[in-house]
Amino acid sequence: MGKLIYLDNAATTRTSPEVLEAMLPYFTEHYGNASGIYSLGQESKEAITRARGEIAAVLGAKENEIYFTAGGSEADNWALKAAAEAYVGKGKHIITTKIEHHAILHTCAYLEAQGYEVTYLDVDEFGEVKLSELKKAIRPDTILISVMFANNEIGTLQPIKEIGEIAHEHGILFHTDAVQAFGQVPIDVDALHIDMLSSSAHKLHGPKGIGFLYIRKGVKIRSFIHGGAQERKRRAGTENVPGIVGYGKAASIAAASLEERAAKETKLRDYLIERVMKEVPYARLNGHPKKRLPNNANFCFQFVEGESLLIMLDMEGICGSSGSACTSGSLDPSHVLLAIGLPHEIAHGSLRLTLSEETTREDIDDTVEAVKRIVEKLRNMSPLYEDFVKKHQ
Amino acid sequence: MYSEKVMDHFQNPRNVGEIENASGVGTVGNAKCGDIMRIYLDIDDQGVIRDCKFKTFGCGAAVATSSMATELVKGKTIQEAMEVTNKAVMEALDGLPPVKVHCSLLAEEAIHAALWDYAGKHGIKIEGLEKPKSDIHEGEEDEQEEY
Repeated sequence: MGKLIYLDNAATTRTSPEVLEAMLPYFTEHYGNASGIYSLGQESKEAITRARGEIAAVLGAKENEIYFTAGGSEADNWALKAAAEAYVGKGKHIITTKIEHHAILHTCAYLEAQGYEVTYLDVDEFGEVKLSELKKAIRPDTILISVMFANNEIGTLQPIKEIGEIAHEHGILFHTDAVQAFGQVPIDVDALHIDMLSSSAHKLHGPKGIGFLYIRKGVKIRSFIHGGAQERKRRAGTENVPGIVGYGKAASIAAASLEERAAKETKLRDYLIERVMKEVPYARLNGHPKKRLPNNANFCFQFVEGESLLIMLDMEGICGSSGSACTSGSLDPSHVLLAIGLPHEIAHGSLRLTLSEETTREDIDDTVEAVKRIVEKLRNMSPLYEDFVKKHQ
Repeated sequence: MYSEKVMDHFQNPRNVGEIENASGVGTVGNAKCGDIMRIYLDIDDQGVIRDCKFKTFGCGAAVATSSMATELVKGKTIQEAMEVTNKAVMEALDGLPPVKVHCSLLAEEAIHAALWDYAGKHGIKIEGLEKPKSDIHEGEEDEQEEY
């Protein structure tokens, strides 16, 4: 295989060499347990404090509002389950959306089994939450609103500020899953009225296995992992010091390069979208044309099935992903594509391409050429296309 | 994930296409579930399958099982073709991942559906052949929306 074109940065990213370099001393040199009182332990503790500060600065948060976790899914689980438990005195109603990540949706299903009620908001054809629907869903016993910052499949950005305002006007906690958005778009937790925010390092060129939950001071949620007194007694377990150091570094780099990177990625993304929509017949762009993550493009190609498309792209060294049922291990295609109103058979033919700073125009050109070739090949094999052509002859 | 044989039949599918005025055509599966197979049979007066072609909308396993199924029934008599079961297709492909076993079932059903069509056109009865289970026309109202 020749060169690799990696366009699945929403799944995970390459750990940046600078991040890795920052982490390495914390494996073999500064390996002390941060709870130790000797200086070796104190070095680890200081490194954690520095990283916490770096991350807090990116969000406009205070250092003691950042709680490290093992990743985004843990942060989501923690936020929802612990808030549900802490605020049960006020009520048992939670509002979220139909297009959340499964870390939210399956946690909500778990809470429903525990006697909580969850309202799953619809989204419009672009994947945006309707604020009027949100307002209508609010009840006196609503304790939490959880809406993702940006969708992982179609990249649509939600009106987070407006949602935060509505939540706070009604005295309801507001959590956002920002796993895809953190480091990609500017986030200020105060300006956006965010009470809790989940994030994961490996989405922004940090290491896997480390994330954090931002918890605004005053929010009364309890520990999720019980044990030692780490993370202000709210998250037990010896700190993943190399991971935390790596996350601090990745967050600082992402924040410093955000504007320039977003501009570059947006330009390439729009070039990709323009070429695909112009050159591949019966293609559709999923998600909002403008209000979307700078690096996300998501298409449906009618009469074509997603997994076949992915395997053929892989054979040409191109990594993408799909919301087809075959890639999810179930019979149903992506819940996100169904929620924006796509029929099943079209949702099966989706392709998500997510760029990084390293993506070049040449990568995009090669990818578009490959997509054109493969879609044509698959359509020539497709009975749906055959019927369509015959019907329109 | 897939065996070498599955990958080979996916990358170089055998017998892709249509047969004009085919003796029998069978389409099974459902676009909603993401798999549709269509098999065309050309059967001579002696009841031998002279040619077989397919078109498939589906995953890598769906394409590979269609390709293998057409290879297995080509040159066979109708009764021999009836013995091309999903197990036979799977074995010929050196196995499928558990979540893809339904693709091989679809291949068996597609052959049966094409034979059913042939039998209906010629007013004959094929021993052991039942009306195909899957039907493409389920959920037809949703199909092929243009945008």
